[in-house]
Amino acid sequence: MQRNPNHPTIVTVEKVIDETPTVRTLVFSDDVMPNVLPGQFAMVWIPGVNELPMSVMIALESGKAAFTVRKHGPSSTGLFNVKVGGQIGVRGPYGNAFDVKQGKLLLVGGGTGLVPMMRLLSFVKPTDDVTVLIGAKSKDEVFFEDLANKLLENNPHKVIVSTDDGSYGEKGFVTDLVEKLVSETKFDGVYVCGPEKMMYKTVQSAHSRGIFVQASLERVMKCGVGICGSCCVGEDLVCRDGTVFDGEHLSNNKEFGHFHRNKAGILENY
Amino acid sequence: MEPGIATSIGPIQIDKPVMLASGILGISLDVFNRLYRSGAGAVVTKSLSIAPWEGYPNPTIFSVKGGGWINAVGLSNPGAANFAKMIQPNQDVPIVVSLVGSVPDDFKTMLKEFENCKVKAYELNLSCPHVAQVGLEVGDDHGLVREIVSAVKKSTSVPVIAKVGLGTSNYLNTVGAAIDSGIDAITAINTVRSMAIDVETQRPILSNKFGGLSGTPIKPIAQRCVYEISSRYDIPIIGCGGISSWEDAVEFFLAGASAVQLGSAIGDNWVGVFEDINNGIIQYMKRKNYSSIKEMVGVAKKS
Repeated sequence: MQRNPNHPTIVTVEKVIDETPTVRTLVFSDDVMPNVLPGQFAMVWIPGVNELPMSVMIALESGKAAFTVRKHGPSSTGLFNVKVGGQIGVRGPYGNAFDVKQGKLLLVGGGTGLVPMMRLLSFVKPTDDVTVLIGAKSKDEVFFEDLANKLLENNPHKVIVSTDDGSYGEKGFVTDLVEKLVSETKFDGVYVCGPEKMMYKTVQSAHSRGIFVQASLERVMKCGVGICGSCCVGEDLVCRDGTVFDGEHLSNNKEFGHFHRNKAGILENY
Repeated sequence: MEPGIATSIGPIQIDKPVMLASGILGISLDVFNRLYRSGAGAVVTKSLSIAPWEGYPNPTIFSVKGGGWINAVGLSNPGAANFAKMIQPNQDVPIVVSLVGSVPDDFKTMLKEFENCKVKAYELNLSCPHVAQVGLEVGDDHGLVREIVSAVKKSTSVPVIAKVGLGTSNYLNTVGAAIDSGIDAITAINTVRSMAIDVETQRPILSNKFGGLSGTPIKPIAQRCVYEISSRYDIPIIGCGGISSWEDAVEFFLAGASAVQLGSAIGDNWVGVFEDINNGIIQYMKRKNYSSIKEMVGVAKKS
């Protein structure tokens, strides 16, 4: 039978990479997931545990894709604990994708928000001048720095790490660096994924200067196709209208940067 | 003259005959506005309970391999009081508030929350197939249906709809009990209790194991129910189950429905589905020389 993209397809984890003590990348083979666009996600079923929306990570081998997960609650810990040979279900891909501009690009990622940024890097042209900003709380939470450099080895590029406590790279919040960079350079595109406040400030910094900026949002998700309504942000459904929204659209959204809905659908402050 | 697609479901008048079904997209007023602008005649909210409910863990919704959707969301909702506050500013959108509860007092308590909201109608969920002590378990207890419908009708002047489904009793008797107690209209049907097992991991996929089947596979079942209800009773009916095209909608009108609801079709065709269906209905009416939806209702029963 033809694959139904909205029904879980079972894949087997072939490799587990420890990125940090709390972050792992699980690599698997699949016909569909290796070819998704940057920003797209899958609903990932961990049998007996839960099902989570996960941005699809690149794998450096053809025919393979991955998920990079930070253990946080019971569900993400369930995925984090899947061993080589373990089976998980994937459905999708869902959502839209980043509009990849050419020229001077700035990519900003925090934590597992770096996942769509790594896929985006695999779509840049060799002529693009690319700056990647990696924000982390401290040194032991930094990952994907080497990968970003490797993916950009043929481009003019910079990979800058900032840690809140200054234990590695530049000291301070990544959003302060963004503000500095966009005030100095007229980027052709700014892309951000990470904690909502980080995205909110990055969007403000770029959009207020007329720089094209896009953010990939995260919300509680159940269906992935725009029927359950769990992921709504104002009138937008993150799973179907997003997850990528541009700065112009986001600056008109009353909820972005301020509120999210809990599992019961009640608005809560960030 | 352009045929009119406004319709009346008993005392409930709407400008367009395709409504958003309960459980779909229903937690933000901004989204309701968007759906109304997209051509929905009315929007039915998620079923609201007295307290907020988180629902079941995922997986809660996915597509069945052969087509259609299965869900056991578990009636997640922000609770009637929070929800009433959220829709309080509404003026324009015809909102049908769906309520779920176990006893008459549950419903009476929730009605009070909505006293200051503009509510087009209430829809009593007597048919959710995957949550204990509410939904179908209530719908199958015809004495309880009588108590709840009577209590709700006494407590509000807003029209009240009962949404029925296929449980362990004869659903026609659920409909009869609701009619005896003064219900204004019937929505038929809810999702059909079902499950889906994965052969690789050899387990049910839904965290709740059992859920409700919706979409194209249940359309012939829903159509049969609308036809049966309209054949036995004189009660306005809203058809629901697998409607995704103008042709589906017209089939339900011909079977006896005065309006239709849809949900799963949004997963497949997104929000443009409302306008597509409205336009298709208008073209059909022109072709068949109908000037109103009313003229089509129940026509298939005459043959």
